Amino acid sequence: MSTTLEQDLRAVASPLMNSNIPDGPLESKWTDYKGHMKLVNPANKRKYTIIVVGTGLAGGAAAASLGEMGYNVLNFCIQDSPRRAHSVAAQGGINAAKNYANDGDSVYRLFYDTIKGGDYRAREANVHRLAEVSVNIIDQCAAQGVPFAREYGGALTNRSFGGAQVSRTFYARGQTGQQLLLGAYSSLMRQVHEKTVTLYTRREMLDLVMVDGKARGIVVRNLVTGKLETYAGHAVLLATGGYGTVFYLSTNAVNSNPTAAWRCHKHGALFANPCYTQIHPTCIPQEGDYQSKLTLMSESLRNDGRVWVPKQAGDKRKPNEIPEEERDYFLERRYPAFGNLVPRDIASRAAKLECDNGKGVGLTGKAVYLDFRDAIKRLGQQVVKERYGNLFQMYEEITNEDPYKVPMRIYPASHYTMGGLWVDYNLMTNIPGLFALGEANFSDHGANRLGASALMQGLADGYFVIPYTLGNYLATKQPADNLTTEHEAFKAAAAKVQEMTDKLLSIQGDTTPTEFWRALGKIVWDNVGMGRNEAGLKKAIEEIKALRAEFWKKVKVDGRGDTLNKNLEFAGRVADYLELGELMAIDALHREESCGGHFREEYQQDGEAKRDDEKFCYVAGWKYTGDVSSPELHKEPLHFESIKLQQRDYK
Amino acid sequence: MSKEETVAKKQGSRYTVRVWRQAGKDKPGQLVDYQVDGIIPNMSFLEMLDVLNEQLTKEGKEAIAFDSDCREGICGMCSLVIDGVAHGPHSGCTTCAVRMRDFPSGSTITIEPFRAKAFPVIKDLVVDRSALDKIIAAGGYVSVNAGAAPDANSILVGKESADRAMDAAACIGCGACVAACPNASASLFTSAKITQLASLPQGQPERKKRVKAMVEEMDRLGFGDCSNHGECEAVCPKEIGINHIAQMRRDYLMATLAP
Repeated sequence: MSTTLEQDLRAVASPLMNSNIPDGPLESKWTDYKGHMKLVNPANKRKYTIIVVGTGLAGGAAAASLGEMGYNVLNFCIQDSPRRAHSVAAQGGINAAKNYANDGDSVYRLFYDTIKGGDYRAREANVHRLAEVSVNIIDQCAAQGVPFAREYGGALTNRSFGGAQVSRTFYARGQTGQQLLLGAYSSLMRQVHEKTVTLYTRREMLDLVMVDGKARGIVVRNLVTGKLETYAGHAVLLATGGYGTVFYLSTNAVNSNPTAAWRCHKHGALFANPCYTQIHPTCIPQEGDYQSKLTLMSESLRNDGRVWVPKQAGDKRKPNEIPEEERDYFLERRYPAFGNLVPRDIASRAAKLECDNGKGVGLTGKAVYLDFRDAIKRLGQQVVKERYGNLFQMYEEITNEDPYKVPMRIYPASHYTMGGLWVDYNLMTNIPGLFALGEANFSDHGANRLGASALMQGLADGYFVIPYTLGNYLATKQPADNLTTEHEAFKAAAAKVQEMTDKLLSIQGDTTPTEFWRALGKIVWDNVGMGRNEAGLKKAIEEIKALRAEFWKKVKVDGRGDTLNKNLEFAGRVADYLELGELMAIDALHREESCGGHFREEYQQDGEAKRDDEKFCYVAGWKYTGDVSSPELHKEPLHFESIKLQQRDYK
Repeated sequence: MSKEETVAKKQGSRYTVRVWRQAGKDKPGQLVDYQVDGIIPNMSFLEMLDVLNEQLTKEGKEAIAFDSDCREGICGMCSLVIDGVAHGPHSGCTTCAVRMRDFPSGSTITIEPFRAKAFPVIKDLVVDRSALDKIIAAGGYVSVNAGAAPDANSILVGKESADRAMDAAACIGCGACVAACPNASASLFTSAKITQLASLPQGQPERKKRVKAMVEEMDRLGFGDCSNHGECEAVCPKEIGINHIAQMRRDYLMATLAP
């Protein structure tokens, strides 16, 4: 196609970013590729040691599956148990192209919705594979005993989610993430029992160890003893989640952080599309500065809840006193076809716009209503309770208001990051032997992730992709040699980490890591959040640089390095946030278009994101150069063969 | 300090917090009193501790170690015995979901770790709960490898069974049941997993083997036996009932008498 050729001329593929997408028609790429992969002999698998960092849906599923296959797996997590990884907090559901609802769903439709939802900034081949294996995931989880919601006849039931016009979301009450994670966790613990997997809890990965240009091990801090430990293996799999905590205010867990990925980036791994971050529309609004954790409520609430603000700016009446004709159901008004179920980026921006125009509600004016009055009238309170009971309860516990009687107040918050380490079709980064799975990679969601797709991607990567692609790598590129941590590279890496720890402890300034984190978060949220513009991004870059310099002069870390020390843990992460935050701004500044979660105010049409496919239809991969402020840009052009590029339309 | 914070400090309440401090596993511990200011009613209990820790860091004192992660009541990482009750005064919720409005302004709040023989203290309020993982490793699963599953709808599960399984599966593995039990038994935790899988057709092939292995592992790890006090049910943040323990005992008996 001529357009593709033109794109090639504009965005020249970097030699560092060979996507390794197999040849052949889209529908059969994965099947054909699997059929021709090199395999590791079953008897040889135990000679390979695989390091898996993270025990969420991607890491837990990968560690369990690789253990089942006979590899010697070392699995690390930051919490005290693998069951606590933040996948546990996902509420609403998991998508799969089962078409059990008989409403016209198919692998193609899930693929199409995901590409469109991602605003045409994801790789077709990866997304198609994701849609294909989505059906296997549901089978696997049901077989594990995951208690999915059922019809009276015993079959699985579905609900709808934003960005789709079919019902393809499977769920387990409002705790789908928890139940899927416990499924993966139980499979993992079975392998721990079988001794194929060795579990290392309360460990934080602080560096990657490279030998002969390949990823061969990691340095971790034992969070209980404070000791640095090194581990060697034949491949390293990062399943360490995203970087949403850079915003300070986020729905992530307290310990969620991008340090492992960031330190790999500093070894040369490309960081792709860092400006693609997702701001989730249905969070409980912030109450005070002390709060970093915001609580998210599943967007499934938008199935039955109606979003509105008063028509009159500054209307201070209580919500139930505002008559119907004085309410603006702005999503239904602006997007009649999708209504309250528009994708997350659109719903979030629309809410921000109303608040910016003075129509926000609540004490801070930074909230909109999510109202179940009509749903309760239509379905009865009992049905609403069955569907959303735990969410309503959670809301009431936090706000002290009863959402059965008073509309919920919601506001967007940082929730998920689509960007991440660049990976090829095999989920391998540009560092041989270093793989990234789940939210840690950039690959499947483009510029915006659809609801109920994170669980799908994490499990797809862990159960059904990496078991194949890792084998192919080992069989072709990595002999089962006997490298141990006695190798000097391990000692050097540990010494480097120790040096940073000593430095953090020695500064003894007057500002806590949390204070720096909060200050950074404000810069990033204000300038690299829901709306971005050139002036703001330039200002943010300068402010972050200054804050980073101040950090290394004024940070105060108490306690010692040889014991459990949360302050020290946080300080190391904040040091990384202060670098990654700048890269997010640099990427956002360079991408002179609006797409998905990246909304540049200069590039819009009637308030909607306006892409520039001529110039920006590529993945931006940033390479560390030794200077955080001047990374090197590499490009992977995106080719659309099966889907025609068009402006997203949810009207 | 931002303007909002200054206002909050002025407006907020003051509490005396009496906290268990212990430098390490085999070190002696003691309760130490701290004053904390600027606490507003909707602040969560752990946010109050965050504020206190920031204050301690500023004063050059070592922050109090405590576990927490998701802060939305689902990961099970937070713990704490607050004024003698695991997860505090509010029923059906974890410590991270407890709000300061539940404590009268000016009051003294005592905070201790979850105590049990099988949960050694690591530092201050942080305990080692890895014994719970070992119980799951002993048999808390359906043995099915990735890729070996039939079509999900080929296994029909009646809604009542699915709901029963889900009620049990809601367990977050926090260990409050152990901390509250006079015998430090993990029966509620163990039985929740056993009932979940016993309620589903997928769990039947390994049902007897599972219950035997998990109950025996629980005993081996130093957890006590159940004597029907019901304290576990009272503190369970997910309100899991002791009827599951009865189910576990029935299953265990069956597995022993007719293996």
